Amino acid sequence: MSMPTPPFLKIRGLKTHFPVEKGLLVRKTVATVKAVDGIDLDLNQGEILGLVGESGCGKSTLGRTILQLIEPTQGSVHLNGRCLTELKGKALRESRKDFQMIFQDPYASLNPRMTVYDTLAEALLSHQSIPKSELSQRVGQWMNRVGLSPRFIKKYPHEFSGGQRQRIAIARALVVEPKLLIADEAVSALDVSIQAQIINLLARLSKEMNLTMIFISHDLSVVKHIADRIAVMYLGKMVELGSAESLFDHPRHPYTQALVSAVPIPDPSRERTRRRMLLPGDPPSPMHPPSGCSFHPRCPHAADACQVAFPEWVQEGDRSIACSRLEVVP
Amino acid sequence: MALLKLSDLKTFFHTRAGVVRAVNGVSFSIEKGETLGIVGESGSGKSVACYSLMGLIPKPPGKIESGQALFDGEDLLQMSEAQLNRIRGRRIAMIFQDPMTSLNPYLRIEDQLIEPLLLHGLADKHGARKKALEMLEKVGIPGAARRIRMYPHEFSGGMRQRVMIAMALITEPDLLIADEPTTALDVTVQAQILELIKSMQQQLNMAVIFISHDLGVVAGFCDRVNVMYSGQIVESGHTDAIFTHPSHPYNQALQRSIPALQAKGQELFTIEGQPPDLTRPVSGCAFAARCVHASHACSQTSPHLECVDEGHWSACLRVQQHEITLAP
Repeated sequence: MSMPTPPFLKIRGLKTHFPVEKGLLVRKTVATVKAVDGIDLDLNQGEILGLVGESGCGKSTLGRTILQLIEPTQGSVHLNGRCLTELKGKALRESRKDFQMIFQDPYASLNPRMTVYDTLAEALLSHQSIPKSELSQRVGQWMNRVGLSPRFIKKYPHEFSGGQRQRIAIARALVVEPKLLIADEAVSALDVSIQAQIINLLARLSKEMNLTMIFISHDLSVVKHIADRIAVMYLGKMVELGSAESLFDHPRHPYTQALVSAVPIPDPSRERTRRRMLLPGDPPSPMHPPSGCSFHPRCPHAADACQVAFPEWVQEGDRSIACSRLEVVP
Repeated sequence: MALLKLSDLKTFFHTRAGVVRAVNGVSFSIEKGETLGIVGESGSGKSVACYSLMGLIPKPPGKIESGQALFDGEDLLQMSEAQLNRIRGRRIAMIFQDPMTSLNPYLRIEDQLIEPLLLHGLADKHGARKKALEMLEKVGIPGAARRIRMYPHEFSGGMRQRVMIAMALITEPDLLIADEPTTALDVTVQAQILELIKSMQQQLNMAVIFISHDLGVVAGFCDRVNVMYSGQIVESGHTDAIFTHPSHPYNQALQRSIPALQAKGQELFTIEGQPPDLTRPVSGCAFAARCVHASHACSQTSPHLECVDEGHWSACLRVQQHEITLAP
């Protein structure tokens, strides 16, 4: 009898809480922000998961917690059978080549005083030994791979455009041949035509390298395009998870429905006739999240029970939804 | 007569790196109550064109080289600072991407809201306060009477945007210039703010120039659209026509690169190369180097906007000469 293969990335009960302190001399914790509040997630190798939600929902914090850039308050992260949350010091540093991250603003994450060569060579050397004679050839190969001409090898970040800088950031993250890549709003700051180039690049490289990727973005149409599955977050909790296309076309959770209906469609006739679900108010503060299902104050379908406890997960095919009112949700 | 008629605007920046031709011969007009969208990528000159109208270009290094902007028959570009001050904030108002560029962090919301009314002598202090409260309620701030005494930092991003809109519209302007007003907002809040601008526009019969890089927002919001590339308008027409009958290869390519319109899993359509360096004069069409339809003539002759269909203008030589037809 064969054992079922364990998921490549396994996240269980992950919580990241930040204390809010007050007081000038004696610091007292007056509240906690539950940025990530109990996330369970499984990813297979080579899978791309899109993580969406509004600002402040904890999607970036979740990404950083998975990569151990922020210490979790509770819970565990296993990558390829290895527990990341237990790693410390040298062991953690050495295993970092397995999980890498790219950020929204490549100018902030690239050292302005280092040329492309310096940046990529440092990353290459940090995890393997390469003879110096081969180094510039390897850097050149990687530049080609991300669509940069190797003749720019001696240039500094400020000499590149935003899209090219993002290519450098991608190359730097991938030269160490990671197993897991987290892209945090990696294309959000780019113009449409450049955005498409970078999405294509990420999709191609992830296939070539069999990368497992978490693609964090607030832009649902971008996520739909690149991801296999999408997870929707609201105030630190996941509320819906399902395959990218079906989740976008038939959202089930009322929050996902509102989110999808608010995405502008570049088609005037469809845009004019579609029904938009306008949510009242702003997302509540994560410092004082509403009780029960935290979406209930803005939810058009909420009932009394929604205020009491966070709803049980409901399975509908390959879709999971955290809503107890599904029978009344259209 | 058009409310605003801009012709042949050229705004250049004289920098140490050379002359940046940010806006290079832009003409458009807008009628009362109309919504005109200006779309283009960063550096296409869409914001600079509108800042030039308002006299907000830092000079130096900026310089308005030529052009005329007739607002109700008067040329905005020839006005003195004092003359402009009587129009800015009263008849033409502007809102920005970041509300904190308009809001003073040190002042209560109330004091900021009444300022335009007092400045333009439209009300006394008592009347202005009353109007400010009304306006705050109109833009949908819950508990307006209490919140009017608060400071900008006590508001969320979407709420600040509402306050900025209240401030811009309190003088009931004829024209609102909105520069990427929803770009920094989440989609659900963006939908709320667009709805608000639309309803205020109908109440005041106000014209809106809506600058955006997001074709999706423009599709649902604007009557007409100008597509800008490299400091020039390359296509102009009714929103429907812009999307269903693109008449410039750049507009077509831009729409094809939007993930929302493409089949999942396929490689996204991309425009090869980079936008041109604005410090170098281009001979011929600025888009020719990246255009899949470009012919030899495109890199020789500078194109101009020409009418290709009723109310639809294109600056593509090959479209003008019926050599190519573009599908959406």
